[in-house]
Amino acid sequence: MNIVVCIKQVPDSGDVKINPETKTLMREGVDAVINPFDCYALEEGVRLKERFGGTVTAISMGPPQAEKALRETISLGADKAVLVSDRAFAGSDTLATSYALSTAIKKFGVVDIIITGKQAIDGDTAQVGPGIAVHLDMPQITYVRKIEELADGKIRAERMTEEGYDVVEADLPVLISVVKEINEPRIASLKGKMSARKAEIPTWSAEFVGADPKQLGLDGSPTMVVEVYAPPARKGGKTLEGEPAEMAEQLVTELKELQII
Amino acid sequence: MNHFLTEEQQMIKETAHEIAVKKIKPVAIEYDEKNEFPWEIQKVIAEAGLCGVYISEEYGGMVPAGEHGIMNLVIAVEELSKECGGISLCLAATALGTIPILLFGTEEQKQKYLPSIASGETVAAFAVTEAGAGSDAGSIQTTAVKDADSYILNGTKQWITNGEVAGTYVIIAMTDKSRGARGATAFIVEKGTPGFTFGKKEDKMGIRASATYELVFEDCKVPAENILGKVGMGFMVAMKTFDMSRPGVAAQALGIAAGALNDAVDYARQREQFGHHIIANQGLRFLLADMSMKVETSRAIVYAVARSIDSGDLKCAKESAIAKCYASDMAMEVTTDAVQVFGGYGYMKEYPMEKRMRDAKITQIYEGTNQIQRDVIGHQLVKEAASRK
Ligand SMILES: Cc1cc2nc3c(=O)[nH]c(=O)nc-3n(C[C@H](O)[C@H](O)[C@H](O)COP(=O)(O)OP(=O)(O)OC[C@H]3O[C@@H](n4cnc5c(N)ncnc54)[C@H](O)[C@@H]3O)c2cc1C
Ligand SMILES: Cc1cc2nc3c(=O)[nH]c(=O)nc-3n(C[C@H](O)[C@H](O)[C@H](O)COP(=O)(O)OP(=O)(O)OC[C@H]3O[C@@H](n4cnc5c(N)ncnc54)[C@H](O)[C@@H]3O)c2cc1C
Repeated sequence: MNIVVCIKQVPDSGDVKINPETKTLMREGVDAVINPFDCYALEEGVRLKERFGGTVTAISMGPPQAEKALRETISLGADKAVLVSDRAFAGSDTLATSYALSTAIKKFGVVDIIITGKQAIDGDTAQVGPGIAVHLDMPQITYVRKIEELADGKIRAERMTEEGYDVVEADLPVLISVVKEINEPRIASLKGKMSARKAEIPTWSAEFVGADPKQLGLDGSPTMVVEVYAPPARKGGKTLEGEPAEMAEQLVTELKELQII
Repeated sequence: MNHFLTEEQQMIKETAHEIAVKKIKPVAIEYDEKNEFPWEIQKVIAEAGLCGVYISEEYGGMVPAGEHGIMNLVIAVEELSKECGGISLCLAATALGTIPILLFGTEEQKQKYLPSIASGETVAAFAVTEAGAGSDAGSIQTTAVKDADSYILNGTKQWITNGEVAGTYVIIAMTDKSRGARGATAFIVEKGTPGFTFGKKEDKMGIRASATYELVFEDCKVPAENILGKVGMGFMVAMKTFDMSRPGVAAQALGIAAGALNDAVDYARQREQFGHHIIANQGLRFLLADMSMKVETSRAIVYAVARSIDSGDLKCAKESAIAKCYASDMAMEVTTDAVQVFGGYGYMKEYPMEKRMRDAKITQIYEGTNQIQRDVIGHQLVKEAASRK
């Protein structure tokens, strides 16, 4: 089974701060790590390989420093890793990013399953996975919390929703994006760390992957960022006090006054 | 401080650290309460490749053929012990049961037993102690009587770490009581051998995640090919094993103390009394400074002894005893002071300190009490003096 896992390198912090002047992410002094959701994607890919055989290839589009994140994927069980990096990609929005990644994935030849994280903790759009699926014209199952079955060219997976979960079936090749409920990522083994140290990670350019320059970078990005701002902090709510029955009564009265009920 | 770790040792340290923080810390108090062997952690340690750090590559470990890996073991045990000195025994006590096979095993015995220990599937144990034979190991009563191609074992071993959970046991038994110390022999006994059962499970002060059991032998038939070394070499096997395993106990003590110091400093920086953080009191900083000096000097001697062994100097009875005795006395002092830094909170089971103090205590007792270590050191001093003339 040929498994591709997409990983993004992100700043190591759940609560990235925004520079109020420039409205951009403040990355200074913050370590770069594998996007946490992508660790679950990688773990799931490695588990599939352990069950069905095959290879896991990790791919990332990013600056040369992203090589560090890719090396780490080898220590966590990926067989090889490819960095897609070129100045031509600078300024790409999610459409251009997913186009660029899809052209690189095409170079792998036959792929059975592509796994991405649910979203990146910095960009947060959750659009890149679905974008890749569309560019490659393959079905997608997002927010997967469990792969129930993978056999005979088909996948059946549980897709998390706010109310519960859907069971979705699709043909291979397929793209899935995963949530953290899907597994518990392993700790990198000593053997994995040794292979990572020795691994060669090729860098693929826009030209090498045969991407159309017009669909890359600012030219290929229809998204316009009009304004970026931190949402105002929520004000504290109102606390009712007293006996449970009194409080319930008061709550109902107030909700009625506000015409909520 | 730069401890000149090799790239591989740095990886061992990082891996063990990650396991300690992510996997052990969240469950340490729970295992202590439950008094249960942490199989889930053993599995994590195994999958990460730590079980083979002191075993030769030929048998699935990571030490080049013909070399020793005690420093690797020390680094791993220290890191794991920072978060739980009981759970770290998955690795440290297995090493105690494996070192005699590494030192005295035949090629066949090594091929048979080491790979599954290196991969972490099998846990190992080492058994000398009996109810009437602690420091005085020479008075053991368990017998092994020759019967054609086998030996029949009878007797009860007491307080055996990794008892019941281990698959491979090295047992010291008397093959000829009339020969005294030269009448003991070491046997490899597999779990499940008919006549080999487990007695009482101990309820202990500390290291409660570690299994401590009685091993009961009733007409237990062990093939002669399972003899380690030669007939009559049992106590030699035991002594040489301890010389090499004691740095592991020292590393356990070092880790417990280093973990206690880290938490004590963090706590002192955050606890407020008299309107300021307690670390602002010079009197308390002096206490922390003393703790730090003790931890660092212990680390220096433990690493130095481990490296000396790895360099091939196996005549290390004195040095191993010094490392074990010094680091374990230090761990008792440092954990006691760490409880002091935490004040009343340190005395409560909700906080990790009282457990560390209980865990530290065993390191002064097993693999030879610290009185016995001083005895070993003293005897070596006399020998050295005699050979100087
Ligand atoms: C107008 C515009 C301009 C931008 N300019 C820049 C710029 O100049 N420099 C810059 O760094 N960013 C830029 N970005 C941000 C960049 O487009 C996004 O970071 C990127 O598209 C990923 O989107 P996301 O972070 O929301 O990821 P999501 O869509 O939330 O990620 C979902 C999953 O997709 C996969 N994935 C996402 N990104 C990658 C990747 N790069 N490689 C491999 N897998 C991936 C991962 O598996 C991830 O879990 C720009 C965005 C916009 C809108
Ligand atoms: C939790 C635990 C795990 C253990 N695991 C193992 C194991 O895996 N395998 C194994 O074989 N054993 C194991 N032991 C046994 C351990 O090694 C012995 O408890 C230890 O050697 C001391 O023996 P003892 O308890 O009989 O004490 P004793 O020998 O009765 O000693 C009692 C006191 O007298 C002192 N003393 C004795 N002789 C002298 C002397 N000559 N000079 C000065 N002082 C002396 C001792 O230092 C001690 O303070 C374990 C013990 C415990 C508690």
